[in-house]
Amino acid sequence: MLSFLFKVKISAMSKRKSKESSSANGECISQVQRILRERFCHHHATGKPFGIEHQYRHLLELLKRTTVHGESNSALIIGPRGSGKTMLLNHVLKELMEIKQIRENLLEVHLNGLLQTNDKVALKEITRQLHLENVVGDKVFGSFAENLAFLLEALRKGDRTSSCPVLFILDEFDLFVHHKNQTLLYNLFDISQSAQTPVTVIGLTCRQDILELLEKRVKSRFSHRQIYLMNSFDFKQYIKIFKEQLSLPAEFLDESFAQKWNNNVQHLSEDKTVQDMLQNLFHYSKDLRSLHLLLMLALSNVTVHHPLITASDLHEASKQYRMDSKANIVHGLSVLEICLIIAMKHLNDVYEGEPFNFQMVYNEFQKFMQRKAHCMYNFEKPVVMKCCAALCWIVAVHRHKQLTCQTTCLAWSRKFRKRTGLVRHLNTYYNWS
Amino acid sequence: MPNLEHPAYPAATLLRLESLVPCRESQVSMLLSIFGERQQFTFPSIFIYGHTSSGKTYVMQTLLNTLQLPHVFVNCVEYFTSRLLLEEILIQLQNCSFETKHASHVLCDTFNDFVRMFKQAVTSQDLQDQTLYIVLDRAEQLREMEANILPAFLRLQELTDRNVTVVLLSEIVWELFRPSTGCFEPFTLYFPDYSIGHLQKILSHNHPPEYSADFYAAYINILLGVFYMVCRDLKELQHLAALNFSKYCEPVVRGEANERDTRKLWKNIEPHLKKAMQTVYLREISSSQWERLQRDDGEPGQLKGLSAHAHVELPYYSKFLLIAAYLASYNPVRTDKRFFLKHHGKIKKTNFMKKHEKTSNHLLGPKPFPLDRLLAILYSIVDNRVAPTANIFSQITSLVTLQLLSLVGHNDQLDGPRYKCTVSLDFIRAIARPQQESIDTF
Repeated sequence: MLSFLFKVKISAMSKRKSKESSSANGECISQVQRILRERFCHHHATGKPFGIEHQYRHLLELLKRTTVHGESNSALIIGPRGSGKTMLLNHVLKELMEIKQIRENLLEVHLNGLLQTNDKVALKEITRQLHLENVVGDKVFGSFAENLAFLLEALRKGDRTSSCPVLFILDEFDLFVHHKNQTLLYNLFDISQSAQTPVTVIGLTCRQDILELLEKRVKSRFSHRQIYLMNSFDFKQYIKIFKEQLSLPAEFLDESFAQKWNNNVQHLSEDKTVQDMLQNLFHYSKDLRSLHLLLMLALSNVTVHHPLITASDLHEASKQYRMDSKANIVHGLSVLEICLIIAMKHLNDVYEGEPFNFQMVYNEFQKFMQRKAHCMYNFEKPVVMKCCAALCWIVAVHRHKQLTCQTTCLAWSRKFRKRTGLVRHLNTYYNWS
Repeated sequence: MPNLEHPAYPAATLLRLESLVPCRESQVSMLLSIFGERQQFTFPSIFIYGHTSSGKTYVMQTLLNTLQLPHVFVNCVEYFTSRLLLEEILIQLQNCSFETKHASHVLCDTFNDFVRMFKQAVTSQDLQDQTLYIVLDRAEQLREMEANILPAFLRLQELTDRNVTVVLLSEIVWELFRPSTGCFEPFTLYFPDYSIGHLQKILSHNHPPEYSADFYAAYINILLGVFYMVCRDLKELQHLAALNFSKYCEPVVRGEANERDTRKLWKNIEPHLKKAMQTVYLREISSSQWERLQRDDGEPGQLKGLSAHAHVELPYYSKFLLIAAYLASYNPVRTDKRFFLKHHGKIKKTNFMKKHEKTSNHLLGPKPFPLDRLLAILYSIVDNRVAPTANIFSQITSLVTLQLLSLVGHNDQLDGPRYKCTVSLDFIRAIARPQQESIDTF
């Protein structure tokens, strides 16, 4: 009797434990999703950035000299999209802010080329970020330079001999270059040279030829200090990055689950198929943004019933990522529209890229209909015209000057072979290999 | 069999969602898995593309409304400038929150102001960290606005530092959107076109109550068999189905056949559908006009839709003028001597002509010609003598008013007006038939 009760108690306990573990699992999965999504989508800086220690030290030194020693400086951080320029800057600033003296003194102004589209807006934004709207009030300034000088004058601390160092960060620097006369850039670099207020100007851009875009007077005031971020890691380091990005941090709540997860990640990074897939991605684009997109897709499959990422998840994500959009669109076209595209392509080939108009396309279409009359119904001109107009818009047929069209759908020829039946007829008619 | 499962949303809601989006379950489940739970971050921008009527707008709206996710839905064609667009987003954002009773007008000129006001609006609401979705329909219009609008929207999560996701819906592929210096790449999702089975399922869904579902399904089957090759657009097919259903039902209404006599019904409808092929896409009669006709109990025979050619009656000399204009437009000047004079010499083919022989004149459109040439050709094709009276000239002007001819160049040109013929060869043939002329010799 006692043993029976004991057994019942154990089974009840084990049931409760399994329920707890499954709900703990649900909570766990939710936590995992939260942490990893923040890492992949919101790009929260976690840990040290990889492979850019040299640039990190350079930038840190530079900023320390401004903030601690009062030197003015300017620098440009150049690198392709997704190479980590903003991330680098944020890391350096985070480290700087740990020093008390800097935290209390340094003023930051963040400008972005996408938001401040001309110099007036930029100046207003600078005023706002330095919290000097009240000081400026309704004053009217003669020139940009006067305004800026006034702002910086207003930043001097109580004893009027020194003023706070100001850090200007210009994101999408190449867009500021297109403003009228480049006045903002000229004035900022001018101040950074004249050494009255310690000012550092840091520009972030993706264009390698940024220096050629600067005007002569602006370029001469720039210190020509450039920090390059070139995604200079090789494939082995890429796999290591993959592992690090996917692993859970050490302070995760459920340690046993974190252990299981990280072991799974290790296992994945050693799997040959996963490595092949990563190799493909690495050859296509080295930057971490595409890796994050892929990992996010794989992560979205993780649920309570499917708590660990598998290799097939990664393969599915890779397939989804590398889908050919043009092939997809062609797949959805009706047969009439495909005939029109083929007619256009034929005209393009025969006339070697010269512009053509709708009448010529219609003639080609008629010629084809006469040959293969049993396949398709011969449509009237207005119907074909409307179909063609809709098609031109989707397929990016470029409009030439006198309302004739020129198409650049050369890459589409391969896609046609995938469609069965009618298109094979069309292919043989046009003798494509 | 419920396909959609998600821990964050109750099963009943998901079941209802599934019933509202037939044939789109896989896309909805992918979107659900990407969105995750309400507070979790998702891709900063998502780009959804697919053909027209593939359900992009409908699925997004249904998904966001059924799951009651906080969202803003804006059509970029309706708000076609950046200012209108940004102000509309901010106004809808105000409506999202429960505190503000009525939306006050916001003034937002630039994206800079937008980011500032957006940050304020989002923090002042009780969104509880939920992801806010901004859905921009017909996103290809964004390319026509200022150059910074599209890249800024793609980065909105980073620029505002809030939990927001921008969803772009478009028919055009992403490669045609990408700016030249690159931008933040969104996650691209494709909504595939409906297969013929899917179309059958969706179209048979809304059958009129008087007839059985099987009858309607058989009708849709026939319709798809005829029209699927030309048109896969769901909206267009629905329009065609509505237009032609009464004709299909005629034998049943008249009592000649019952619902199962498929052969008889097919024989009845086949010529009608053949004629309808002429007017696919043309919408000669719009859906609302059709509904009005039905309501007023008009006969289906009154349907003028099947390409009744507008018959134009022209006076005698106007017909000849039009024919002369067509000849003047489409024949090069060199050949006039050959066609219209009694004794003509041979025309030597120059090198220039040989190169450009391939593009026949008929393909390139009409060329302008001076008034004198028109009159000269007119005199030569009309049998009896024509006096250059004011009557002739006024007929020329009325042809211009009817838009059968068009005036090229300025009104006040001193050395004579120039015209262009704007009608096609078929029209000319139709006019010339009574005169029994063979236009083709010219």
